[in-house]
Amino acid sequence: MFSRIVLQLAVLLLFAPLPLGVINKTKALFAGRVGPPLLQPYYDLARLWRKGFVFSRTTTWIFLAGPVVGLVVPLLAALLIPFGGLPAPVSFTGDLILFVYLFGLARFFTAAAALDTGSSFEGMGAAREVFFSCLAEPTLLLALLVLARGAGSLTLGALLGPQLAGQWQGGAGAALGLIVVCLFVLLLVENSRIPFDDPNTHLELTMIHEVMVLDHSGPAFGMILYGAAMKLMVMGALLVRLILPWQTASPLLDLLLFLGGQLALAVLIGVVESSMARLKLPRVPQVLVGTTLLSVLALVLVLR
Amino acid sequence: MANLLLLAVILINFYTLGSARLVACIRAVALQGALLALLPLVIHGPSGHALLLGLGALAFKGVFIPWLLLRAIREIRIRREMEPYIGFVATLLLGVLLTAGALIFADFLPLAKEHLGGLSVPAALATMFSGFLLLITRRKALTQVLGYLVMENGIFIFAVLLSEAIPLMVEAGILLDLLVGIFVMGIVLNHINQEFSTINTERLTALKE
Repeated sequence: MFSRIVLQLAVLLLFAPLPLGVINKTKALFAGRVGPPLLQPYYDLARLWRKGFVFSRTTTWIFLAGPVVGLVVPLLAALLIPFGGLPAPVSFTGDLILFVYLFGLARFFTAAAALDTGSSFEGMGAAREVFFSCLAEPTLLLALLVLARGAGSLTLGALLGPQLAGQWQGGAGAALGLIVVCLFVLLLVENSRIPFDDPNTHLELTMIHEVMVLDHSGPAFGMILYGAAMKLMVMGALLVRLILPWQTASPLLDLLLFLGGQLALAVLIGVVESSMARLKLPRVPQVLVGTTLLSVLALVLVLR
Repeated sequence: MANLLLLAVILINFYTLGSARLVACIRAVALQGALLALLPLVIHGPSGHALLLGLGALAFKGVFIPWLLLRAIREIRIRREMEPYIGFVATLLLGVLLTAGALIFADFLPLAKEHLGGLSVPAALATMFSGFLLLITRRKALTQVLGYLVMENGIFIFAVLLSEAIPLMVEAGILLDLLVGIFVMGIVLNHINQEFSTINTERLTALKE
């Protein structure tokens, strides 16, 4: 058990920044540029770690709690889900609810840290972030409910277990297809990728997540970046497992399949970011209501 | 395979209910028609009868009528459905509720054994409901024509289920009345455009001096 926890965390910690590099490389290729090296996110983290903290005099301990919670939460959440063929190290009935609200906790602390600076600009970003994520939450819960119905169990380890391959072939294939679409949209929303939020801009009208972390610097900002990378990987793990449910006999091959799936997902995100424009802000809730409705439909499909 | 096809048809229903862009809606309905053209082949296997039915559906639903509508839209120069009677999110919500209702309702129907449990009957009902919804919630005559088309697509799914039992004439009749309907509406639309310079149906109910 202990060795499995260490292995899972090691994979997460070592591998998490790589998909970001792949996304940036894909976008650069689409734009006809050479782009930053694949390992650039690692260099960025190392650079930020060597700098010092700068705190405004108006902030309190909450300002530092935001990045710390943002870093710890993906690590905890990663323990609840299987990484491809590797089974989940920690598993108990109802852990899917803990999984959803762990990210809620991180979001709360990020928003609180943004409000703690006393800047109206960051308060606006916090309001938007909370608004979108409260619309995104039903989709995630309903999607997990559909999977729970198919698996007949309430643990994430069993939901994403080897029985998924059988479900795709059985009658639930259509519902699973809907869930894949919903979870992909959710992945883009929750990780502030392009059709919903632009991770690159610092223009007040367009950014949501980025505005909340403007006042963080040095190691605190590094923690936020690292936490965001790990969140992308943990939420991507759901999707990769759902699309690639096959399991071979050797754990090493399973792990390679999972990591390959993550990289393919990163390429897909890069393609979406390069080929789509950002949605107008009022359109985002419409899309999120749409995905909620799709997951309701998927639930009806598996319940009938 | 048939289930995936029908699921795509249902998703296109939602798209037409939630989108304000008319050209995109027409393209979506054309795609829906083309997908439905595959349905006889998938359900009944590649026989001459099914092939004929599929080709007919593809020609009318997938190509000819959308082309007619796109031409109409070019001439009367409208791009968007501006203010529907019920908002887009609300119609989408209603559409999903009706679809879920259709899925549940279909289980209570006394169906033939081979249709039980499949998606075809609920998809047919859901598509007809979506068409109705489009017809009653939109203001523009062109979107209402689209709603009529979506409704016809729903009826077509039913007809495909029965196409082994009903003679070819009935199906030809279905296609033909669709064609006539579109012709009439196309002509009416053009006339309205020339006479009144608006195709907002709300204003058509008011009498003119």
